[in-house]
Amino acid sequence: MNNIMEITDLSKSYKDFSLKGINITLEKGYIMGFIGPNGSGKSTTIKLIMNLIKKDSGDIKIFGLDNESNNLSIKERIGFVYDENYFYEELTVKEMKEMVRPFYSRWDEKIFKRYAKDFELPLNKEIKHLSKGMKMKFSLAIALSHHAELLIMDEPTSGLDPLIRSELLDVLQSLLQDENKSIFFSTHITSDLDKIADFITLINNGEIILSKTKDELLEEHCIVKGSKKQLNIDNPLNFIGIKQNDFGFEALCRDKKAVIKQYGDSVIIEKPTLEDITVFYTRRSDHHVSSN
Amino acid sequence: MNIIISNSSDEPIYLQIVNQLKEQIVKGELEESQPLPSIRNLSKELKVSVITTKRAYDELENEGFIVTVAGKGSYVAAINKNMFREAKVKMIEEKMTEAIDTAKMVGLTLEELQDMVKIIYKGW
Repeated sequence: MNNIMEITDLSKSYKDFSLKGINITLEKGYIMGFIGPNGSGKSTTIKLIMNLIKKDSGDIKIFGLDNESNNLSIKERIGFVYDENYFYEELTVKEMKEMVRPFYSRWDEKIFKRYAKDFELPLNKEIKHLSKGMKMKFSLAIALSHHAELLIMDEPTSGLDPLIRSELLDVLQSLLQDENKSIFFSTHITSDLDKIADFITLINNGEIILSKTKDELLEEHCIVKGSKKQLNIDNPLNFIGIKQNDFGFEALCRDKKAVIKQYGDSVIIEKPTLEDITVFYTRRSDHHVSSN
Repeated sequence: MNIIISNSSDEPIYLQIVNQLKEQIVKGELEESQPLPSIRNLSKELKVSVITTKRAYDELENEGFIVTVAGKGSYVAAINKNMFREAKVKMIEEKMTEAIDTAKMVGLTLEELQDMVKIIYKGW
């Protein structure tokens, strides 16, 4: 079994939002970044994976097991880090840890102690007095102290300073030295975490726009900038998210080679960042109609 | 073993790794049967994804620069003389192309360029 997580045709409808039959597959030993704008369905998907809300239809398999009928055994093997603090604010770090610990049969106090030391967790401080970064480190220490094979993180880096993000990156890459572990994290900001992501899944409006290796994504896409005349003559290349101003246009293209063939040196071709790709794909359609 | 990754370069990261390792192997800075770091270790050190380093090693293996023994790791391959020579010739071609491009830019003729090559080849 090489897929640690397999989501097939997953749907969930709310009054004003729906996930429309999404598919995501994560192989063992890799990191997937789940990106998309606010309100695109990232948290809904993660809540469905964690079996915190009920799906309408579709399948979620984790470690090859159905996530509803094997709820407990799956959660023993998952480490979960949530953006917001879901611990009891009045308890100290140590008290909170003691409360979580009995829930996991494979809890390993040695590992927790090591992380507590590495992260310099103030064990006797009340959680409400921890900084945002320290709260995240505490969540991470809890999530990693029971030999989890899959780490799921919902927006782990939002609101954290660059230094802590960089520390987090180190911890995650150390974790992945074990090729049986996998990481799935969501984010709406392109953070340093994207550097180490093997796969990128982009979601918008409850639909998966693309899901592939980050390297492929960055190599086949390019940003094209040129004069408006060039855009008006022919646009056979299916530009994505075209944006025009009075003096020219810019767009994302899925096929860098075709752009070079078509335009040669007459346009500027740039390497996109993940942020660019997210913005061009998810830009609302009324934003790229031309002004005339 | 030295690898320096540029995030602003147009060259894909896996190719930067491939080219830098190739260069060090061809130059003999990395010796035959010398063990290389694992793909996971390399990805951690370079702060790039595992898939990127895996792709770099796959490519190096396909071209015969390294060998991977399942369960043991990757090593610098015994590169044969022909391949070594071919790689060098290719390097010369690239550098010559660069020199010729510059020559054309300033309007140097082929004859002038040939004279220059002769002088340099025979020693100053």
